[in-house]
Amino acid sequence: MRNTVRLGFSAALALAVTAAASLAEDIKIAFIDPLSGPFAGTGENGLHQYEFAAETLVNKKGGVLGGKNFEIVGFDNKISPKESLIQLQVAIDQGIRYIAQGNSSGVANALTEAIDKHNRRNPDDRVLFLNYSAVDPALTNDKCNFWHFRFDANADIKMDAITDIIAANQDIKKVYVIGQDYSFGKAVAAAAVRFITEKRPDIEIVGNELHPIGKVKDFTPYTRKIMAAESDAIITGNWGADMLGLGKSVLENGFDGPIYTYYAAADGITAAFGEAGVGSLKLVAEGQINPPANDAAKAYYEAFKAKYPDGNISQARITNVIEMLAKAIDEAGTADDVVKVAYALEGMEHESIWGGKLVMREKDHQLIQDVHIHAHSKDGVTFDYDNSGYGLVVDSTVELAAMDSPTTCNMRRP
Amino acid sequence: MDLILVNLIDGLVTGLLLFMLSAGLTLIFSMMGVLNFAHASFYMLGAYFAFQISLYMGFWMGLLIAPPLVGVMGALVERYGLRRVHQYGHVPELIFTFGLALLIEELVQFIWGKSQMPYSAPEILQFTAFSIAGNAIPAYKIFMIFISVGIFIGLLWVLTKTRVGMIIQAALSYPRTVEALGHNVPFIFMGVFGVGTALAGVAGVIAGPVLGTFPGMAFVLGSIVFVTIVIGGLGSLWGALVASLLIGWVTTFSKAYNMRMEDLLTGVGFTKPEPIWDSAWRDLWTITSPQVADILPYMLMVLILILRPNGLFGKRDV
Repeated sequence: MRNTVRLGFSAALALAVTAAASLAEDIKIAFIDPLSGPFAGTGENGLHQYEFAAETLVNKKGGVLGGKNFEIVGFDNKISPKESLIQLQVAIDQGIRYIAQGNSSGVANALTEAIDKHNRRNPDDRVLFLNYSAVDPALTNDKCNFWHFRFDANADIKMDAITDIIAANQDIKKVYVIGQDYSFGKAVAAAAVRFITEKRPDIEIVGNELHPIGKVKDFTPYTRKIMAAESDAIITGNWGADMLGLGKSVLENGFDGPIYTYYAAADGITAAFGEAGVGSLKLVAEGQINPPANDAAKAYYEAFKAKYPDGNISQARITNVIEMLAKAIDEAGTADDVVKVAYALEGMEHESIWGGKLVMREKDHQLIQDVHIHAHSKDGVTFDYDNSGYGLVVDSTVELAAMDSPTTCNMRRP
Repeated sequence: MDLILVNLIDGLVTGLLLFMLSAGLTLIFSMMGVLNFAHASFYMLGAYFAFQISLYMGFWMGLLIAPPLVGVMGALVERYGLRRVHQYGHVPELIFTFGLALLIEELVQFIWGKSQMPYSAPEILQFTAFSIAGNAIPAYKIFMIFISVGIFIGLLWVLTKTRVGMIIQAALSYPRTVEALGHNVPFIFMGVFGVGTALAGVAGVIAGPVLGTFPGMAFVLGSIVFVTIVIGGLGSLWGALVASLLIGWVTTFSKAYNMRMEDLLTGVGFTKPEPIWDSAWRDLWTITSPQVADILPYMLMVLILILRPNGLFGKRDV
């Protein structure tokens, strides 16, 4: 009796081990982002976009290295830097070599430092950091390292594109800058002031203010100041409820100039703005959704919608992360030696499925790509956000934005 | 000068909205001696219910149906929840309402998700009522003012001029005597609780389109409502009104004008230390009024508690 039990156990164990072994063939990517709490919506949507990209763009096309699949493993960091470091350790202990993270530059700063340290101390199981959203410029400047790759355009590059448009518009004489009171809001404000005084010294910055993040009930008093200053345009880095609150209040109280934003779309925001935002809301981002750049992009989005009817492709760059990583692994001929993969990724040129050329700049690992100014619109929207009928349509494009921008990055290579 | 008028109107809207929330809360407190932590959650429920109804029947039906729905829910909570917990004393009651607030927030996230809801004002009110020096006053704000003033007058009339109101007032002060006279006091309590939560529901219905309908909306308003009734005096309807308007105007004006601590301190006679960036007082000197606007009501509450612990119009101790 006891022997049979033991036999059963060992058989089960053997099965489990072989199952694990066959799974280990897959190349795992750890997705460390909020999957619970107030930002869970954003994190969950990002995870879906990763899973879909890995499945459609790699696994269904035969995988990498002649048949290995990508597998996305979600880790909940509750958007806390401390929790992220714990999850990073868990991921490394599971043998994962690729870390993807994006929400919050605070988390990204903690992760890039921890990964740099880990890789120096453990040359045998180094990992790569695929940053797909954290846009703090410091990550590819003072705090850059060989293991960190940023696939989004950083806050300075985006502000460069916004101010290009503002500089070209002679009707704009006064600009109001408003943002959330924390590192990103301050970075946006500083970049706005710097670029505007550089490109159009005649533009007056009539307001530059920060409000408490996530605590403002009613933006009307701020709106009154914006109206009283008679500004022609507004620049804001606000996101989430703060973006919606500010935008709605400004529009309701009669502001009709352009509002240049970073994050005024998807996750319910597009639907909530609806008709009111048409003509005013502008958003700077990479990844052209409307009009679809080509048939492949269109088919990809349609397939995503079929799988996640309530989802949005709000972070188009995720497909670039997956495709470029797959290409780099194939080029390096290994997924385990991340140094080789990193060298393959450095300087890589790639055609994005959303159109346009991508270059992973060698000196600071910042992806150089087309940056678009989108308009919140109803016309010309092939793929809307939030199933609302409204979406983002490309207004103008800066090709390979900030190609030659300076960087203070001084990278140590292994 | 024109801007002052505009800010007066904005502050009035904020204040009246706050009043609709605090009126219910202060009534419930004077009746049961319980601070209802879940009060702002009923406000949130009002907004979500009205949004859901407006999808099928339009905004006006939402305004009509959602508050009674919230009121009935409130009455049920009192009848089958609070009344049972009541016999164990005040602390379990507090904990009960606190748990209820968390439960409602999770429930809302479970049903409607975590994103903002596209709940907006009816089209008939989406125009500019009038402009003062280029500052538009949306018609919806005027509508909000009328609704809240109407509710205040109605409430005052019922409480002071009708038989029902007299029984309620009597039941608040001398429940046993009123019971001995043959009135069903527990039923009155349930009714007041229901009306109080329904008022919060109305506030939610009309505030949802302006302040946003999202799972955090109860949390954002939760604490300020308590501050209001403490300043106004627990249990006083007039106090709630005055305190709400006071808070509305104080926060609006301090956000709308960039008053600087620097000007205030130099005005009083201090000299600014140079260079300011090396001074130990630099945080104090660089404060501007929009930065501190949201804590001003709390400072006001502390002052009131020190100088007049009963609140502006309150009769009993906090």
